[in-house]
Amino acid sequence: MFDWIDRLADRIVYDGIGMSSGTHMADALHFFIYDSIKILLLLVIVVFLMGVVNSYFPIDRVRNYLSRNRLYGLEYFMASLFGVVTPFCSCSSVPLFIGFVKGGIPLGVTFAFLVTSPLVNEVAVGLFLGLFGAKMTGIYVVSGVLLGTLSGMILQRLHLERLLTPWVKQVLEQSQRDQVAFTGEKQTFKQRFKVILNEVKTILKGVVPYVLLGIAIGGVMHGYVPEGFFEHYMSKDNIFAVPLATILAVPMYSNASGILPVVQVLVDKGVPIGTAIAFMMGVVALSLPEAMLLKKVMTVRLIGVFFGVVTFCIILSGYLFNVIL
Amino acid sequence: MSKVIKILGTGCPNCKTTVALVTEVVHEHHIEAEIIKVEDIMDIMQYNVLSTPAVVVDEEIKIKGRVPSKEELLEILS
Repeated sequence: MFDWIDRLADRIVYDGIGMSSGTHMADALHFFIYDSIKILLLLVIVVFLMGVVNSYFPIDRVRNYLSRNRLYGLEYFMASLFGVVTPFCSCSSVPLFIGFVKGGIPLGVTFAFLVTSPLVNEVAVGLFLGLFGAKMTGIYVVSGVLLGTLSGMILQRLHLERLLTPWVKQVLEQSQRDQVAFTGEKQTFKQRFKVILNEVKTILKGVVPYVLLGIAIGGVMHGYVPEGFFEHYMSKDNIFAVPLATILAVPMYSNASGILPVVQVLVDKGVPIGTAIAFMMGVVALSLPEAMLLKKVMTVRLIGVFFGVVTFCIILSGYLFNVIL
Repeated sequence: MSKVIKILGTGCPNCKTTVALVTEVVHEHHIEAEIIKVEDIMDIMQYNVLSTPAVVVDEEIKIKGRVPSKEELLEILS
């Protein structure tokens, strides 16, 4: 499917610039051109498709659905699933949280959504497709959904309502299973198309520089770091590798979309895939800016518990992947 | 009649962009309007929005969860 990009990169590097095949420099450049085109292409496609889904199934509808239906345990899974198709900006986490609480949606279910939404977002999926292929992307998405579900169920069990800030407790007391009307239901596809295209542009503008930088760094490493270099330090036998990678990842902001291309090279050079996935999940799912925002609705202890549980689940899945893959 | 435009947002980059855009459009087209930034989360929640930034014109939610384009804003405001 991507042969043509390979050929294009061949032509640019070997015919156009006239480098000879097999040198580190040529390899690195070829890698950069090939990866950039492929990844940006997939990124555009995925972001656009998610935009279309989201236009017809906005967050308001998710909230109404979860508020209306009692699903006897399945609501965690559903909330987590909805998180996949809903784009998430950490600046919306607070209004979203309150809106869910107000609608009588249990705290654990809200958390399930809050975990999966950033974890399986359009940019991460697009990058994953380009870097690791369809099978790995599938595994990432499925495990992301399960991780959100599991975290939500655990958090519900802990009865954390008492750790909300006082005014949110008030909202909780007055909560009811209501339905909120939303505008934009009857737009034509043409109207939506313009808005979606605009969104795609905004999202890409935000991430493309980081992605290109990441691919460039990856390209250099690809050409110069010897095969199997990391196996020595980060082998599957090293039981501290997964937790260390996860904890290292949490403070990084999710806009570090540039990290994914680098991680791909690390995997190429011998870092176990489970350790790598745990690291990426840590980067994408949890970030310090988000924690700061959540302070408006949660006590520091609650944020601690929330991050703790999610980190625990990520570490768990890291180990799992190292065993089964 | 002068319009009241409220921009709801907790101060994220997207919200700031939206405020700037609205201000620009209002100035460029000499629209009589008062622009108010609503940054307090409790006030924002009065409008039942789940995602920010949101643009409210005369107490009616026009846009939410994304940065609008200038053309779109002009359409809403005129």
